[in-house]
Amino acid sequence: MGIVIAALLKVAIILAAPPLLLGVIARVKARIAGRVGPPLLQPYFDIAKLLRKDSVISPTTSWLFVAGPAIALVAALIAAALVPVGDGGALWAFDGDFIALAYVLGLARFFTVAAALDTGSSFEGMGAAREATFACLAEPAFVLGLLAVAHATGSVSLSAFLGPSLASVWTGAGASSVLVAGGLLVVLLAENSRIPVDDPTTHLELTMVHEVMVLDHGGPLLGVVLYGAAIKLFVFATLLVKLAVPIHGGALAWLAYLGGLAVAAIAIGVIESVTARLRMSHVPAFLLAATLLCGLAVVLQAR
Amino acid sequence: MRAEAIALPGTAAVLAMSNGEARPLAHVPRHDVASFRRLVAHAPATGRRVSALFACAIDERPSLLAVLADDGGGALELARTTVDGAAYPAITPDNPEVHLFEREIAEQTSLVPEGHPWMKPVRFPPGRGEIGVAPFYRIEGGEVHEVAVGPVHAGVIEPGHFRFQCYGETILHLEISLGYQHRGIERAFLGGPHKRSAVLAETLAGDTTIGHASAYCQTVEALAGAVVPPRALALRACALELERVANHVGDLGALSGDIGFLPAAAFHGRLRGDYLNLTAELCGSRFGRGLVRPGGVRFDVAREVAGRIVERLAAALRDTEDTAHLMWDTASVQARFEETGHVPTDVARQLGLVGVAARASNLHRDVRSTHPHGYYRFVHVPASTLPQGDVFARAYLRFLEVRRSVELLRRELPILPEGPIRGEVPELRPEHVAVSLVEGWRGEICHVALTDARGRFATYKVVDPSFHNWTGLAYACRGQQVSDFPLCNKSFNLSYCGHDL
Repeated sequence: MGIVIAALLKVAIILAAPPLLLGVIARVKARIAGRVGPPLLQPYFDIAKLLRKDSVISPTTSWLFVAGPAIALVAALIAAALVPVGDGGALWAFDGDFIALAYVLGLARFFTVAAALDTGSSFEGMGAAREATFACLAEPAFVLGLLAVAHATGSVSLSAFLGPSLASVWTGAGASSVLVAGGLLVVLLAENSRIPVDDPTTHLELTMVHEVMVLDHGGPLLGVVLYGAAIKLFVFATLLVKLAVPIHGGALAWLAYLGGLAVAAIAIGVIESVTARLRMSHVPAFLLAATLLCGLAVVLQAR
Repeated sequence: MRAEAIALPGTAAVLAMSNGEARPLAHVPRHDVASFRRLVAHAPATGRRVSALFACAIDERPSLLAVLADDGGGALELARTTVDGAAYPAITPDNPEVHLFEREIAEQTSLVPEGHPWMKPVRFPPGRGEIGVAPFYRIEGGEVHEVAVGPVHAGVIEPGHFRFQCYGETILHLEISLGYQHRGIERAFLGGPHKRSAVLAETLAGDTTIGHASAYCQTVEALAGAVVPPRALALRACALELERVANHVGDLGALSGDIGFLPAAAFHGRLRGDYLNLTAELCGSRFGRGLVRPGGVRFDVAREVAGRIVERLAAALRDTEDTAHLMWDTASVQARFEETGHVPTDVARQLGLVGVAARASNLHRDVRSTHPHGYYRFVHVPASTLPQGDVFARAYLRFLEVRRSVELLRRELPILPEGPIRGEVPELRPEHVAVSLVEGWRGEICHVALTDARGRFATYKVVDPSFHNWTGLAYACRGQQVSDFPLCNKSFNLSYCGHDL
């Protein structure tokens, strides 16, 4: 019975919490800029508003255009099921699930890019090229980082290696954990189109990475895109929090987890406020640095 | 230098006059086409730049009139020629800074500059084809792709079409096509001055209300021989500097916004409002509408209001400096600004850039110090220049100018000259020509007016600084990343309607 309740709680958090992260980030950014900022629940209002609207779909597009956001959302939900939310394991855990996580995220990206190319717009083609390029560079960091943790804990499932055995890794191999956390933070910023890689609030098509790919999506489709993006951010934030705060068992673990998510959102808001965007040609170097951090963690583990 | 120009073989003299002066039209020397062409083509070699070149009818014959600015000598030199026939040899191949002027001439008259390298419409006036439809420069190749932006943009900005030839993320060439806001405003001045003419002048470029209104009023006052009271001149200068400060600070905020540096974007945005509100203290309008009128200004400033403005300026400047230093001290901001959108000095000179864009490329071009008129004859504004020519230089120069302008305002506002604020404006003298230059916040604003036998405007020519500088932006983007275009664009922040007129 307890397991069922815990699972239902996790499902509820996965479905309901992600947009709140966006709300917290927006609020932090506004406060630092000296503004009051939108309500914390604004992302929910936005998504609800978009879901009620009609869509205009270009006649030049095919089924891919609609499939893109839908598949991206489903993939994000699967990814959320694969990561250990709160205390205990993930909703769905198996050996090698961290590789599956990388592929599920890759699947979402593939269909988002395909939907963008489907419009035939030069903007969206440009955004798709950028997204694909940066993802290629972010993925090694992501996989290497998880590999380092997997090696340290001697397990091959996210639920296991982000579980209780992680605490001993922090005391035994703290250096590599710090490196992985740093690398994953960079990947989080890049994968979720945050500053310094992308600017989620810009209106300048020529500078966008992720946003420009979904310019033609409107109404419910855009709502789905926003919701999917929020869940993706939630997945990465969960990974980072579970890695950085190895507290397990009981209410304290839940508290640490939820507090960790809030701190992560605030940290993202602060990072976005104190740095400008990188020049796009410098983004690969930034992602390469993340790969090096995670690669170094693997080397430290394997020596 | 100057003697050389006059001594060029086959070149007749030019009419040298100063800014804000009117002379009989008959005094403008008439050249044959060849010698006129030589005069304008050699202008850069003799230290002059072309402030205006336009077609007009003098003695009912199609003529070209050139206004060359000799920044070193502080003189404006006028010359004209009469074109018989439908064509004349284009000057652009020898002096590229007139390329847009010649396209404009071809568009407004039936004269054809033969040999112009890129002949296409400037503003697509009615009857000259569909707006925006013209051949674009194109680079062919399997890997080259074209990106078209506008005329409808994602932000609430003016319409303009930008056509990029890209190789991957690199811009090989950018062509800018404007004209979507052409209102025929130069034509609306003809037969004037009317009561509405000053209002029209204010709307030439809405963010340069004081600048264009001052240029218009100087033109009218020169033609009428009106004497403007010193207090009015001082108030005009104060309003002009407030306009400069507000726009420069707004630009710093916009530049921060483009690179996602939000605190500076938000604070500069707020401060721009503070400075605009000070203009509202002067005249009730945040943009200075209704303040500058021929003969003087319409609103006086009481001593205590001036004192209040000075106090608020001090507070605003303190905040502006804090915010600006946040930008200069943040490495990620500097990484974006430095070496982006570089315009070398010689290119800036060849393209005839003016204002902030020219000074950021190490050209000393500031009408306030080279061709002072009005209150600037009494107060000296040191012109700042920077050698880099990149986005950083254009941003930092704005900051330096904000400081200088606030300094001037805080010095002059408490000691405004006493006296009336408006003088009589007699009828305009017939068959005269007047040239008026004002250093608006973007750069040199040039108004040239010719009167007919009744003392009404027969020709009214407006050259907004944007007209000179749009090509500079196109050049600055060459070899840059596509994603850096908005940043380069903001660093110039040119007017669409000022170009389209």
